[in-house]
Amino acid sequence: MPFTSHSFGIILGAGLTLAIYSFLYQDNPAFKIAENLYVGVSLGYTIIITWFNFLKPDLYDPLIVPVFSKAATKEPQYALLIPSLLGIFMLLRFSKSLSWLSRWTFAFVVGLGAGISIPRVISAFILQQIKPSLQPVFSGSETIFSSIDTLLILLGVISVLIYFIFSVEHKGAIGKLSKIGIWFLMISFGASFGYTVMARVSLLIGRIQFLLKDWLGILQ
Amino acid sequence: MERFLRIDRRFIFAIITVAVIISLILQFELPVPESEPVRRIYEKVESLPKGSHIMIAFDYDPSSKEELQPMAIAFLHHCFSRDLKVIGMTHYTGASGLAEQAMNLVAKEYQKKYGEDYVFLGYKPGGASLIINMGENLYSAFPKDFYGNDTTTLPALQDIDSLRNIDYLLDIAAGTTIETWLVYGKEKYKFELGAGCTAVMGPDMYPFLQSKQLNGLLGGLKGAAEYEALINKKSFAVSGMRPQSVVHMLIILFVIFGNVVYFASRRTRHA
Repeated sequence: MPFTSHSFGIILGAGLTLAIYSFLYQDNPAFKIAENLYVGVSLGYTIIITWFNFLKPDLYDPLIVPVFSKAATKEPQYALLIPSLLGIFMLLRFSKSLSWLSRWTFAFVVGLGAGISIPRVISAFILQQIKPSLQPVFSGSETIFSSIDTLLILLGVISVLIYFIFSVEHKGAIGKLSKIGIWFLMISFGASFGYTVMARVSLLIGRIQFLLKDWLGILQ
Repeated sequence: MERFLRIDRRFIFAIITVAVIISLILQFELPVPESEPVRRIYEKVESLPKGSHIMIAFDYDPSSKEELQPMAIAFLHHCFSRDLKVIGMTHYTGASGLAEQAMNLVAKEYQKKYGEDYVFLGYKPGGASLIINMGENLYSAFPKDFYGNDTTTLPALQDIDSLRNIDYLLDIAAGTTIETWLVYGKEKYKFELGAGCTAVMGPDMYPFLQSKQLNGLLGGLKGAAEYEALINKKSFAVSGMRPQSVVHMLIILFVIFGNVVYFASRRTRHA
């Protein structure tokens, strides 16, 4: 294979992959180098992308360029000064004498955030989620399996909610229902564990595919 | 028995690695049957007429690339093969390179032109406020695309003013952006939303499928593999299912072995 920037990238990627996985044997300088390189490169990449995708088109070009450049054809957008100042105020938390200004930004963010979030979150996460739990079990058009699904969901919601009521002693009927709740929770933890194993193994598979295919050329 | 309880964990790492390598090298076929949530995304794309606008939010970074990039590529294949207009964007700085690479790679295969058939808007911070901004006016949220072109001049964005004009949106996510799209996007601007996510997030998304807030779900590498099989473009994800199955079997055996050894050693101690 001719030595190109692409092949250099593959060799570098393979080296860094092996350096990161070497931690599984034990901590070592190669892992430390790869780890620090990752942090540094990520930060550098973030700064560049943020400048070219956000700060330049949304702030520098519409506000700074028209103010200071005689060749500019558009009027400066002075309204952008308000969010810019609020952003700068946030950074003033590092100054003892001016940190009080950051409270204005926080007040704006908290007020705006709460106003936008509360109705939308209640609608999406509570009202919309209650709907499937309150579906009729027998409405005439469903199959036997969908009716069982609906009953299971109802039983799961009620029993898990009862399990988390700690102001009542879990005895008798309440105790039995909370036990059912524990079973529902255990099954959900099992499903989460299975999915987590799949996720972590997927990362390993992806890296080994890269090493065997792109680097060593064993896989086609 | 006691020594089995003190096995060096590096021994288990080595077994898993060898199992993955062998099952990748040995080319045996395993079935990849599609699940209902994956099929619903496929059917939604199939139902859209030519020229419909699909938005893909590439909300992940290189740490989730192995799971989500095959998913993005498979979905792009389907969109371009159906002659749909694709609009890409991301909430993650780290996704810019991955999204650009995936879009250009697949578009080239179908002779699609940048600006006419697909657009990459790039990265913007803001999360919820960005989505609301896109819902009100896409051009004020993204005055320029990733390459610095004026978005009002791009033919692929014709007839699109805001998220309300999007025919389908797929969020491929490694974080909490699916919920953000749902709460601040779909609920308010009423577009149809599907999701692709890492396997770790998969179980958390099922309540949204049940309530039909998500029309479909691609969960982890398996979701990507099912989609590849559905569109008949078997690639990285499908071949990754072989080691995935082998390693899952190994882990089940390890769990059984660990429990048997634990109870056997307890009985020996009590005897």
